[in-house]
Amino acid sequence: MAGHAKELDAATAWGGDGSPFRLTYGKQMMWFFLLSDALTFGGLLCSYGYFRHQYDSWPVGEEVFNAMPFLGNGFPLLYVALMTFILIVSSVTMVLAVEAGHRVDKKGVIKWLTLTVIGGVFFVGSQAWEWYHFIHGSHYGAIHTPEVWNNGWATIKEGAELGISQDFVLDFGHGKVLGATSEEQALVAQYIAEPLAHIQGANMTENEYAPMIPQFANLFFFITGFHGFHVLSGVVINLIILINVVKGVYDKRGHFEMIEKVGLYWHFVDLVWVFVFTFFYLV
Amino acid sequence: MVRDDLNRDNEYALSANHDEAHGVELRKTIWKVTGLLTLITIVEVLTGAFVKQYIDGTPNSIWPVIKWSFIVLTLIKAAYIVLKFMHLGDETKSFKYVLLTPYFIFMAYLIFILLTEANHVNSILYP
Repeated sequence: MAGHAKELDAATAWGGDGSPFRLTYGKQMMWFFLLSDALTFGGLLCSYGYFRHQYDSWPVGEEVFNAMPFLGNGFPLLYVALMTFILIVSSVTMVLAVEAGHRVDKKGVIKWLTLTVIGGVFFVGSQAWEWYHFIHGSHYGAIHTPEVWNNGWATIKEGAELGISQDFVLDFGHGKVLGATSEEQALVAQYIAEPLAHIQGANMTENEYAPMIPQFANLFFFITGFHGFHVLSGVVINLIILINVVKGVYDKRGHFEMIEKVGLYWHFVDLVWVFVFTFFYLV
Repeated sequence: MVRDDLNRDNEYALSANHDEAHGVELRKTIWKVTGLLTLITIVEVLTGAFVKQYIDGTPNSIWPVIKWSFIVLTLIKAAYIVLKFMHLGDETKSFKYVLLTPYFIFMAYLIFILLTEANHVNSILYP
């Protein structure tokens, strides 16, 4: 960027005058804060990797996260793709706000920063909805059966959901289904009538997606929760800066560097989501 | 008292301002990167929705390839966000290395040590 790394003459540089990285103090410290935050998220995602590699089986993202507001289940990854897109777009509006700030274009900054705040609010709202789906679980939940697949845990589904003519089937996950034939249907009816155990939804001690792995829900709550808290803080910080812009605080300074600083934080939130999205939902 | 550190900061911040012509160029880059990030996300979601990890309960043999391409695509997305949106690519070389070198060294170590340990525990739990 033009003038981003301002050249110093030798006398000034050797005199110890000026920043070692030709950056303002505030921007440097924001970067170092983000570095420490990146280590925190890196540690959390690595601990997720630890549990995934420790257990023999792990829930498949598209089987767990397939709910859509108002429409119910059966839409693998669609809702989270929408959330990801919202966050990418709000990252773009933020970078446009920073660019407008460099042109000292107050109107442009207000426009783009407002859109960024709106995008952030939409994302936090979507995440609340995602948690709602996750906590409440599928329509009928999971039961423990004497069948051995998946440690005997299966989700009860309506046959129509999987294109099977029977009323109810048992989905053991990973494509194993019981209930397609009439003999199997009799078994399914028997298991549903007398399940060994029943779990619906998810909490900190048990979850229907991986009944043998409580850590699955724990990690989901902690990592997406910690990220959601970052988004919420980002929205609040963006809002404060937006109010300052409207009040004309930065006109007096002659530059909108504060937008750049909060912009760094906001892009970092987007960056973390890119990794959460990959490791929780895709792989 | 005149705070000369603040004055210096102000000079750096003021020198980051640019004119409209440069703005047009920058916005072009921004929209290009936006298109790329969106495209990668769409490809990822479509692949994730259509390629199954398991077929009738047995692992899909091409899944490892898909998994690694997801990780590579994620790293590409991350690089574009950090270098273009956060403008780290425009900072001085020393600053880039100060931030990235310790991070990559520590993360490489953490990933190695945790996954090695996890695989070992796995081999004991599920012999």
